[in-house]
Parts: sequence; C-alpha cells; structure tokens
Amino acid sequence: MQIYLPIAEVSVNAFTLVGLGGLVGVMSGLFGVGGGFLITPLLFFIGIPPAIAVATGANQVVASSVSGVLAHVKRKSVDFRMGGVLLAGGLLGSWMGVWVFNLLQRVGQVDLVVQLCYVVFLGLIGAMMLQESLRALYRSSRPGHRRRLHQHNWVHRWPLKVKFRASGLYISAFPPLLVGVAVGVLAAIMGVGGGFIMVPAMIYLLGMPTKVVVGTSLFQITFVTAFTTLMHAVSYNTVDIMLAVLLIIGGVVGAQIGTGLGARLRAEQLRILLALLVLAVCAKLAVDLFMTPEELYAIQPGIG
Amino acid sequence: MRWPALCLLLLLLLLLMPAGAGAQSTMPRTDADALPVPAEPRPEAPAPVPGETVVAGLSSDSVSITADFDGSDILIYGAIRRESPIPDGPPLQVIVTVEAPSAGLTVWRKERRAGIWVNADAVRIGAAPGFYAVATSAPLDDILLPEWDSRYRISLSTAMRAFAGEIAVESTVPYTEALIRIRRNEGLYRLDEGSVSVIDQTLFRADISLPANLVEGTYKTRIFLLRDGQVVDVFLAPLNVRKVGVERWLYRLAFDQPLLYGIMSLAVAVLAGWGASAAFRKLRRP
Repeated sequence: MQIYLPIAEVSVNAFTLVGLGGLVGVMSGLFGVGGGFLITPLLFFIGIPPAIAVATGANQVVASSVSGVLAHVKRKSVDFRMGGVLLAGGLLGSWMGVWVFNLLQRVGQVDLVVQLCYVVFLGLIGAMMLQESLRALYRSSRPGHRRRLHQHNWVHRWPLKVKFRASGLYISAFPPLLVGVAVGVLAAIMGVGGGFIMVPAMIYLLGMPTKVVVGTSLFQITFVTAFTTLMHAVSYNTVDIMLAVLLIIGGVVGAQIGTGLGARLRAEQLRILLALLVLAVCAKLAVDLFMTPEELYAIQPGIG
Repeated sequence: MRWPALCLLLLLLLLLMPAGAGAQSTMPRTDADALPVPAEPRPEAPAPVPGETVVAGLSSDSVSITADFDGSDILIYGAIRRESPIPDGPPLQVIVTVEAPSAGLTVWRKERRAGIWVNADAVRIGAAPGFYAVATSAPLDDILLPEWDSRYRISLSTAMRAFAGEIAVESTVPYTEALIRIRRNEGLYRLDEGSVSVIDQTLFRADISLPANLVEGTYKTRIFLLRDGQVVDVFLAPLNVRKVGVERWLYRLAFDQPLLYGIMSLAVAVLAGWGASAAFRKLRRP
C-alpha cells in the first residue's frame, strides 16, 4: 500500500515503514539504544530526504523510548538521578551540536563528518564492547572467580560527589554530565538519540551496573529526542508526522517485544549481540568511505 | 478504461467543428505572456507555413495529491487548426513538455583525498525544475533544430537556468550532465521519444505519467508544433499539483503552526509509546 508523505513529498510503501519501525523498536527494547543510528540510514536508503529522515527519526525514537522506559520503570531499573544529570548535559550538548551541524552544512561537508563520526565511534565502541563481553563470558564460564562490583577510575574522584542509589554509585556528578554533553553533541550531528554511545559510556566509564543502564539511557533519550524533534519542527519544518506515525506503529510494538526478549537473555550475550550489530554498521559505512562511489556527483537542494 | 474512448470522441467533435468555434472541452488558449516564462521569446508566428495553430486540452488541469497518491497519468490531446490544406514536405511533428516549478540546487563532485571520498567542488545552479518530461513524436534531434531548442528551452539539457554564485571549476559541463543523469535515473527528468502519436498531421495525443514523488506547485505544460525543425506554434497551459485533504491540512499546520505541529508529533509519539506499554502489560498478565 503506497502512501504519500505530506512533508517529505515522496510516496512510499506503508508496510515497509511499519516493518522498519518494528525492527528498530526491537533493538530499542533489547539494548536500550534509541535505534536512531539504524533508522536514519535506513530512511535515506528508501529515499526520504536526509533532513526529514533525521527529524522524523528523532520523533520515532521518542515513541519507542517512552514505551521502553515505562517497561523499565515498572521493573525499577531506571536511575532517575543519574538520568537527570545525563539529561542536563544532553540538552546542552545537543544545542551545541546543532550549531556545529549548521556550520558544517554551510561548507558542504556534513555527510562526510557524519559518516566519519559513525565509523570512528561505532568502531571504537563495538570493538571495546565485544572484547569486554567476550572476556566476561569466558570468565563466567569458570566459576570461582570473584568480580568486583565496579572499578573506580580517577574520574570518579572529582568533586561534587553525588549518591546514585539505583546504580549503587557514589561518584562526582561531572563525569555523567560530561558524558551527557558529549552524547548530546554527537547526537545532534549524527541525527541519533545517542544511546549506542551512552550505553557503553555508562558501563565502562561510569561503572554503572548493566541492569539500570538500559532503563536510564532510555529515560535520557526520551527527553533529548523530544527536544530535538521540537527544535527541528519549529526551525526547519522537517518532521513528517505521517512518516512518524507509521514508524511508531511498528516501533512501539517492536520495543515491547525487545524488552521481553532482553529480560530472558543474559547480559553478556546481549552485549555481544549489540557489539556485533554496531561493528556491522561501522564496517558498512567504512567501506562506503573508501570505495570509489558509483556516482561521483551528488545533488543538494538549495544554493546556500 | 473510459478515458481514451472519451477523448477520441472529443477529438472527433473538435474536427467536426468549424475552425473559429472554441470547443468547451479545450483549455482556453494561453498567450505566452500569461505565464512567467523567463528566457522564452514570444512566439511571433515564425512559421514557414502560416496559419497552423494548436488547439489542445489536458485530461485534467489539476493533480490532487491524496494520502494514497501513487503517481498520476495525464493525457494531453489536441488538434491542429489550419486555414489552408496540409502542406507538402516532411510531416508535422509535435513535442509536449511538462515542467515542475524550478528551485536552486548545488551539485557536488566527490574526490579522493587521503584515501576517502569527500565533496570537493560544487556548482550552484540558480534554477532547475524538480520534474521535467519531454515527449516527442519522433527522435528529438531529427525534428528540432538546435537554435530553436535554445530559444524555447525544450531538451533536457536546456531545462536548467543560470548558474548562481562564482564558478570555481574549470568546466561546468560534467556537473550539469551529472544533474541530468541523476534526475533521469530517479525518473524525474524524462525524454520519451516517439511517445506522441500524430494522426494525419491533424490529431495528436501524449500520455505523460507523473511520478509518485511529486512536489506541489503550478506545473507548466507546453505543446510545440514543428515543421522542418522549426517551431510553428506553441500552446501553454498550467497544471496545478496540489495536496488535498489530510495531506494539505498537515502540510499547512507544519508550516503555519510549527510549534503546535511539533507538540502534536510528540504527543502522538508519547501516547503511542505509553499505549503500547500498557497494552503489552495487560497481555502478559491476563
């Protein structure tokens, strides 16, 4: 069934969009990532103009993260205080990121920077997660080895220590704030919620237990993407509600399925899966950067 | 399909009518000045055979974009009105063009730098139509002389207008060629040679299919009558492409009330997320 999108001004198959939303929703519920790093390139691929794909992708991520975060609130696996600190940083960061994005757009290098960001960050994070989770899996198969709750880094000893009860942490508020800012900047430039960066950062940098990481990340993503959506809608008119609704229908159902699956899988397995997914997207993007493109020329609307 | 039969009937009617009488089914003859057509000179009867003019109509003068819009076909039909008998020599030819409103754009060329492909040089084009279809009754090069092509801007390569800003590249040709190539691959620029059927040098019809990814605006339809590679007469008609119903409402809301629209988008997202969460909780614990 073909449907014409009023803002994107293209006609696409409605079932394709619902399916895409569903796929990304499963990821969202399973890993606590918004799925923006998947939905945005997928929307490009089916011919949605980039600006609209980014803005509408953010709107879709709002829906799937609300759905996911509610499930986590029920299971008491959200650290609201940590989420709040991350959120404050995230809003600041995304405001800065939009400024950088506009600057890049003026010099015509947005695509390149976005792609490079993806390759570098996805590559680093994917490799790190894969290595760590494989080691954890290996370790857990040999009983008798005692693990520490989490390791204290030098960053945790900064001033302004705060008790994050749900995470079982007593650390400085600056590291989570900085993580929030960094994620916010990257999120605005890359057009994603930033969960795929935040989840590993929470586990490895902040030392949060995996149990609360997913819920807390979803909590932060919900608000950052809501802010992004509103900003895009007001200043660029690039949110396509028809496209969003179709993605959302698939997405909310997918998120619930994903959360259910996540509760049944083991944390190490979950992390290996996410690491492999991240590495696959990274490899695809890297190949595109180095391979001679089929079409050397590209059309960009506007004569800015 | 009832359309072809109906149109044939109309054409027959047209033929039977005396030369002066305007048929009700046809579009009012639009003068070249009535539409803003930059760089297009007024057709001043340059005809080697005077007195041959086009009478034409569109199967509809507007295209409505509904939620299930999946492209549209328009039929452009007409007849040639003449005072004298059909002249000898090569037969009369017809070219029909449909053109979307123009917009500025930038064509970037990628270059390998430090191993990766980056946007290196750009050419800014002041105005190029978002959609441009040319249908002809015979191969374009055989029926249209280059000077007439550049005068009326008929072929695809003449569709784009001036360059904008400074040109920093050696040659703009690869860029404009790339624009046409990319748009042709996307089905937005089209050249259908031989798709206009002309009967007895008097009746013609052209079927133009509009793609699903149409942009709103007033499209321009032009019909050219040609003899010996020269344009004998031009007929212009507007074609309105408009969003209707829920499409129109959402589009207007997004641009007139962006904050309200944004909040509405968020509300839909939050409600859907919450609704799904609640529904699944019920499903798990019956």
